[in-house]
Formats: sequence, C-alpha cells, structure tokens
Amino acid sequence: MGKGIWVFAEQEDGKVRKVTFEILSNIRKIADAKGEQLAAVCLGKDIAALADKFAPYGADKAYMVSHDLLGQYTTDGYAKALADLIVKEQPSMVFFGATVMGKDLAPKVAARVNAGLAADCVDIKLDGDKVVVRRPMYSGKVYAEVIFQNTEISMASFRPNVLVATAPDAGRTAEVVNVAPELAAGDIRVKVLEVVKTAAGKVDLTEAERIVSGGRGMKGPENYVLIEELAGLIGATVGASRAAVDAGWRPLSDQVGQTGKVVSPNLYIACGISGAIQHYAGMGTSKMIVAINKDSEAPIFSKCDYGVIDDLFKVLPALTAEVKKLMAE
Amino acid sequence: MNSIVCMKQVPDTEAQIRVKSDGTDVVLDGVKFIISPYDEFGIEEALRLKEKMGAGKVTLVCLGPARCVESIRTGLAMGADDAYHLDDAAFEGSDPQATAKALAAQIKKIGDYDVIFCGKQAIDDDQSQVGVALAENLGIPHVSLVIKVEVAADKKSAKVNRQIVGGEEIIEVPLPAVLTAPKGLNEPRYASLPGIMKAKKKPLTPVKAADIGIDAAAAGAAGAKTKGINFTLPPARTAAKIIQGESAEEKAAKLAKALREEAKAI
Repeated sequence: MGKGIWVFAEQEDGKVRKVTFEILSNIRKIADAKGEQLAAVCLGKDIAALADKFAPYGADKAYMVSHDLLGQYTTDGYAKALADLIVKEQPSMVFFGATVMGKDLAPKVAARVNAGLAADCVDIKLDGDKVVVRRPMYSGKVYAEVIFQNTEISMASFRPNVLVATAPDAGRTAEVVNVAPELAAGDIRVKVLEVVKTAAGKVDLTEAERIVSGGRGMKGPENYVLIEELAGLIGATVGASRAAVDAGWRPLSDQVGQTGKVVSPNLYIACGISGAIQHYAGMGTSKMIVAINKDSEAPIFSKCDYGVIDDLFKVLPALTAEVKKLMAE
Repeated sequence: MNSIVCMKQVPDTEAQIRVKSDGTDVVLDGVKFIISPYDEFGIEEALRLKEKMGAGKVTLVCLGPARCVESIRTGLAMGADDAYHLDDAAFEGSDPQATAKALAAQIKKIGDYDVIFCGKQAIDDDQSQVGVALAENLGIPHVSLVIKVEVAADKKSAKVNRQIVGGEEIIEVPLPAVLTAPKGLNEPRYASLPGIMKAKKKPLTPVKAADIGIDAAAAGAAGAKTKGINFTLPPARTAAKIIQGESAEEKAAKLAKALREEAKAI
C-alpha cells in the first residue's frame, strides 16, 4: 500500500464545496491505478456531520481535522494543521480546488513541505506511472501538460466546474479518522476583524453552471434588469465585461475576464460583449457559449457556439419570453 | 515607509502566443512585453504609501532574462527608487516555488522593509503561487487579494480588505507582510516623461544566483519540481451556428429552441 493520495475537502459554513466532489471523482482512477488509498482531508470547527460526504465520491478515508481555531479560515491556521498532518502521514499527492481558499492555502503548504505545485489545472491523467496534469497558461491561450520531478510530494489545484463529479454512490464507505491538530492562538498572525458578505446566497460566478453576462452593448446599468430577468428564469448568475465594470455599471465582483474572474459554466450567454481576447480568457472554457450582439464583426462570433446578430434589446426580452414558454411546457 | 514590489515581465495581453511544432516550448519571438498588470497594482500601492507616509523607498525586485530591464525601467519611471534584477542562466526554467526562494534570498539581503507587494498572479504562468510562497520562505504573514491597504502610523501593522467569495474580509496583519494584489486595489499611474528621464539614472542592480547564495543545482530548471512537457494551443471551437431569421423575435425563438432541444442547456 502506498502513502496515500489526498484531496483537501474545502467546506464553508458546514457545506462542502462542489469542487471537492469533482476532484475526488477524478482522482479515484489514479488511486486505483497506483494502488493507493484516496483520502479526503477536511478542516474546520464543527465538521463532524461532513464525515460521510466523501465516500460516495470515491474516498476510502476521511481525515476530519477539527479545532476551534479552524472555525474561521486563516492561512496560518489551516496551513499549520494541514502541513503538520502531511509531514506526519507523508501522502504522495495532495489536491485542492483552485478556489480563493485553495489558491491562498496550497502555495503556502507546498512551500512549507517542499512540494511541487501545479495550480489551476483542468485535467489529470496517468502516463504509465507518471501523473500528468494539464493547465492553461497565458490566460488560456496555451495549454501545458505538466509533470512532477525532484519532489516527494506532488500537489495540484483544479479549476472548479471543469472536472465532472460522478453520481454519488451511497454504497461506498470510508474510514473516518478524527484529527486534533496542535494549534494555538499565537500560531495565527492575522486577526479577522470583520467578514462583509455582499452576495449572500448567490452562486458565485466561479462555481456557476449558467451565466448571463452583459457588456458595453448594454448601454447603461438600468438595462441589466433584462439580464437579471433571464438569469433568474434559468437559474444563472449575472456577469459583466470589463467595459461595464469600468463604466461603473456593475460591481468588480461581477467581472469576467483576464483581470476579473475565470468562469467555466455549462452555459455562458454574452449580451453586448464584443469578445476581446481578455474577456475570452475568463470564459473560454465554458461548455457552451451564446453571443447576442448587433455587430456582425464582433470577435465573439468566431468564439461562440450559437450567435444571434441582432439588437439585444429586442432579442433578450424575446428570448426570456420564449424560454418561459418552453419551461412551462 | 519602505516597500518592496516583486514584478515580472510578461507578454502583452494582446500578444499572440505560439508554440513550437514539437510542443516542447512556447514561442515568444516578436512578442511585446509589459509589467504583469497585477504587479503594476503593487507598484502603484507602494508609491501611494510612500507619498502618504511622506518618506521611505520603493524597491523593485524582478527575476527574469535580460529583456526585463526595459520593464524594470518602466517601474522606476512610475516612481520606484531602485531595483534588483535577478538575471542568471541558473534561474531559467524556475517553477513558482523556486522563483519564490530566489526572491526571498534577495529580499533577505535587502533586509529593511515594512511591506512587500506582489501581483496575485503573473499573466503568463497564471500560477498564483509566488507571493504566497515568498511570505512562507521569509517567515512573514501574507494576505492575498488585497483591495484596500491602511498602514498603521507606527508601521507595525496594516488593516487590509481581502476579496473572498461573495464579499470581503477586513484583516489586521502585522508588518512586515506580503500583500498580493488583484484588480481593484488602485488605478496604476502612467510613467510621465520626467519620470522616464529620471528612471535612467536610478540604481538597477543585476544579481547572480551566487550573489544571493542560491545553489545553481537547486535553482531554475534543475531545481524545478514541476515541468511543462507539452505545450499546445487550445482546441478550436467548432464553427458558430449563427441563428437566421426575419426578426429578432424569430431568432430568439429559434435560439431558445436550440438551447432546449439541441444543446439541452436549459
């Protein structure tokens, strides 16, 4: 039996992030091929109820790392608890979601335990007995296959919403190992003074399955009600291009693109967005792209799956009405 | 108020990146280079802090080949005071963890600093690792995705706003610390003509691996723990289906139907 392959099981407020299940589902085959145990490693305060969430997606083991000081995420607290466990158990691989937390935690842990880390990967496979991950570079203009070398522990983080989670298998069970990490208040150097949630309850763009996005063609903030209506109807999150954000029509947190958020939904509807390279960098891995723009020369029409060359102020309301009809059937 | 800003030279956002036919590397011939945009936010914030506190220095640290000098001079033209350029064949092929170690070695040599700014990621490698790993190597705290910085008068701590999913955290962090910058921290200034002229005379010190105690065998490609072995262009999307119709309403109806029946997307 090998040393173990781990997936950092990210949770927030007692809910496991979807990306955890996506990664577990796809690492199962790697664990099988290498004859290694696959473990979920979950950090937090009151997380006992999550212990049985990981087996259905392929985990053989669930490390439940629980401590009062892990109730609020801090890099210091989480990095110490995770790195100490890694040093103790010596897994051969540790995987993370490339989320805000994953991108904050993984590089620190990698530096601490001297591991190689490939971030924001979109695929993983075995080439013989070598693990190969695939990741976008240059804002998605180039893809690289990456291997690990000179390292005892290999780490990678995966972009949410790209790997596909398997259907949960309720028949699988996992060994639960409760871990009491050694943590003292002095280990955590920052003080979280306040947490301000501005979009409570909304699905974050980076995890959204559907997005309806508006750009310069929307002509003003008041017109986003058209986008919000369609989005509400199909359960989509609202996004925006840089032009709309820079114009002050939409908040920065809505921005999709090279200097905004990178999204990977099943459906991305771009309204009044020209589709410049920098915007495409943020949504190019969407499974399906629909473009609505009255400019037939807009670059987005060579980058979409369906295009409507027409006035979005006519198309959007008509589309919303049609979708409403279809959904009522 | 002494700030250090780590900056990287990267291809312009508009640049077309090609790959070698055998896939072993990317091809950057003829590409225009710039300071990585997220690093620019760091330079700007450091300059504002210096202006606000009325004193201090902004030092740039850049790891990269000879061509980086041009971008370093741009940073100096924005207003930074001096720069260190880590330029050594030994650094070629560094992965982010190795880069962070080299930057840490240089920064330890600089010694006196209150805060270090890094972009949240470089727009070529997109790894988002160096800033975080740098803090770990220096044994100082970091806060990533910082969109607001208020340094205490005694410079012993800073109150920062950090972007999180669906909101912000307000964090007090002891200094010195590494802060990584996303878009939204500030609007970087353009280098002025007088700034460009002054920049030519500002100290730009080249640094070799041996100068900072980095063992060539553990640096660059030799020490890298990850390696890109096959570089490809993304698969082309199949040609778009442009929905035809007499009116916007007709096209909308066809689109809705296609999304429902063909694509099963709604």
